[in-house]
Amino acid sequence: MKHTLICLVENKPGVLNRVVSLFRRRNFNMDSLTVGRTHNPDISRITVVMEAEPGDGKKVVMMLYKLIDVIEVQDVTNIPTINRDLALVKVRTPDAYARNAVTDLCYERGARLVDIGPEVTIVELAGAEESVESFVEALHQFEIVEMVRTGRVSMGRGIRTMEQRDYKSTRFAAYVPSVNGGGSAEHDDE
Amino acid sequence: MKLTGAEIVWECLLREGVDLVFGYPGGAILPIYDALTKYPQIRHVLPRHEQGGTHMAEGYARATGKVGVMLATSGPGATNLVTGLANAMMDSSPLVAITGQVPLGAIGSDAFQETDVTGCTLPVTKHSYLVTRTEDIAYTIREAFHIARTGRPGPVLVDIPKDVQNKVIEFHYPEDELRLPGYNVPGKAHPKEIEAALDLIHSAKRPLILAGHGVLMSGAMDEIRSFAEITQTPVALTLLGKGGFPENHPLCVGMMGMHGTAAANQAIQQADLLLAFGMRFDDRVTGNLKTYSPDSKKIHVEIDPSEINKNVKVDVGIVGDLKMVLRQLLPKLQTGQHQEWIGQIRDWEEDTSERDILLRLAAHPDGKLWAAQVIAELFRCTEGKALTVSDVGQHQMLEAQYYPHTRPHSLLTSGGLGTMGFGMPAAIGAKLGRPDEEVWAIVGDGGFQMTLTELGTAMQEHVSINIAIINNSFLGMVRQWQEFFYEERYQSTPLKNPDFVKLAAAYDIPARRVSTKEEIEEAVQWARSIDGPTLIEFVVVQNDIVYPMVPAGADLHAMIRRPKPSESPDFENNPTAI
Repeated sequence: MKHTLICLVENKPGVLNRVVSLFRRRNFNMDSLTVGRTHNPDISRITVVMEAEPGDGKKVVMMLYKLIDVIEVQDVTNIPTINRDLALVKVRTPDAYARNAVTDLCYERGARLVDIGPEVTIVELAGAEESVESFVEALHQFEIVEMVRTGRVSMGRGIRTMEQRDYKSTRFAAYVPSVNGGGSAEHDDE
Repeated sequence: MKLTGAEIVWECLLREGVDLVFGYPGGAILPIYDALTKYPQIRHVLPRHEQGGTHMAEGYARATGKVGVMLATSGPGATNLVTGLANAMMDSSPLVAITGQVPLGAIGSDAFQETDVTGCTLPVTKHSYLVTRTEDIAYTIREAFHIARTGRPGPVLVDIPKDVQNKVIEFHYPEDELRLPGYNVPGKAHPKEIEAALDLIHSAKRPLILAGHGVLMSGAMDEIRSFAEITQTPVALTLLGKGGFPENHPLCVGMMGMHGTAAANQAIQQADLLLAFGMRFDDRVTGNLKTYSPDSKKIHVEIDPSEINKNVKVDVGIVGDLKMVLRQLLPKLQTGQHQEWIGQIRDWEEDTSERDILLRLAAHPDGKLWAAQVIAELFRCTEGKALTVSDVGQHQMLEAQYYPHTRPHSLLTSGGLGTMGFGMPAAIGAKLGRPDEEVWAIVGDGGFQMTLTELGTAMQEHVSINIAIINNSFLGMVRQWQEFFYEERYQSTPLKNPDFVKLAAAYDIPARRVSTKEEIEEAVQWARSIDGPTLIEFVVVQNDIVYPMVPAGADLHAMIRRPKPSESPDFENNPTAI
């Protein structure tokens, strides 16, 4: 199954390498990875989508915490989040007919025409991955010359933010099923 | 005070309490070496190879509990550290490695002796730094020591370009708090976790403690002993856990795992509660995870959160410092009685002793020298009081079986990585750290030759270690696997060895060869009486097998065991048949 993890990391050289290297050496397959700044200049935010067994989300979170520069990690796979993916697609539009058709499609899908040249047009769509997928599918009626996608960025809904989580208590919270009345050692991935 | 970056390095090491470093000079670290001239209070030991230096630093660290320090130059000097760092990473040993780097402007230009060292060592260090400003050296070294020695200890590497070492700045030691928002050191357990653990402990009928390296590292020897005695819970040890609980204690069932005691492995499989204290369920101790201790509840106390539920799913996982957690548990423990369970373990132990090679040899001496005899005699002659450092292979497992340890930090060995060549240099480091200890490096002929170059270090520094080479002219453990699992095709395992006695003589190290049991005692006492390093070569039986053995990935209870006399068809003619 696909897991989405959000990591807050120190904004220092080499940190991304440490995070990526962990996925590689523990043999977890990354689907997408985005990195960017946050409102705090000392902190960068990484969103990783990875393919893994259901129980492995927790393992990766724990291993990420072992990296000294990783401040906070959250597996948001099963919690309500807003997810966005941004695509820039360059399609061949050699004539007025094609240009009009692209313009109509963009209007329909809430995409934007961001550059129109004599031969090609660049369109942009930011949205949930499914809508980006279906938009790109629709663009195949034209000739796609070039395409780039950012991969998923996620943010949990509601007032709770990553920075507000008290990582000191959450990162070491081991699982005590007998407190919850259960006898199974199965982990929730949340 | 105006200081160069190189001088700042030594100022910081002094403030970390460092009085001994291992290291190998070279172009990119020369400023640091030159500055050492001004710090005569720090002793520097020159290994003959950087790998040996890291093993020495690790031996020193594990024998003393302090952080071991290793210096190396850029490029090949630094890449030679990799094995030693990986070993320290796997066995959680606190090391700080300081490497020289080509000047900042040359980084990335494939300059002479340039290697991306922080890149090379990324997966084998707990953390690493490339220092790009002289102003950052002091803070970085402080942080490096803090990270190396706290939490689950490990190796930390600090890479310092040559021009950063040379620059002169106004030096102020940073006394302010470390800024490590992503690093927290676990301490006590949550009260709910303690309650959950107590429920399981008090309802257990067949409990067993699995004591690992964490016992030694958190200094929980007294606590674990009290725990075991109050609750009458037997204790099995991991290889690195040896010394954490006295092996002559009636509740000790010995080492667990692939070459552990049969009783310990049977107890694990039959237990209804496993108390895993500071251990990590390595595949060498669990065997097949699907059939591992199927009927037990499991409590795991561990300082590294990522170890909990990594290999074995547990019922109560407690992230914390073992000593602190045990201190929370102890006052709440009810006294326990598990006579039936302990009686069952005794029966298993008796069944084991019937298969013991030493008892069989005592009844039917064959005039040959067996590795187990060497270890047992060494134990007897040193009254079990030596600090032993073993290498990797059959002799390592025999040491674990026939040299019971009763004191903490009295056995050092390469556990997680299984680094052949670890033993002798680590023994040098251990002796330098604890000069009052009698230190024996117990090594095989294969592993010894991987780092025998460090005989030069032992000679130059006059380090009084006694080296016992268990020489069967074979890579014995590999040979054993070939015998069991590869139809006795001994591909590339026989060794044609040098004359080890002459080799030692070339280093001016007194040496002897022993090939009968009768000679052992005298040779051992001879070695003990000599000031400075000594070497004894024990020429032992070639086709020896370490029993019992759990084949890799097999069920823990499916041990290959030495047959009992009653089960050996040819026992009368060949009583030591293996």
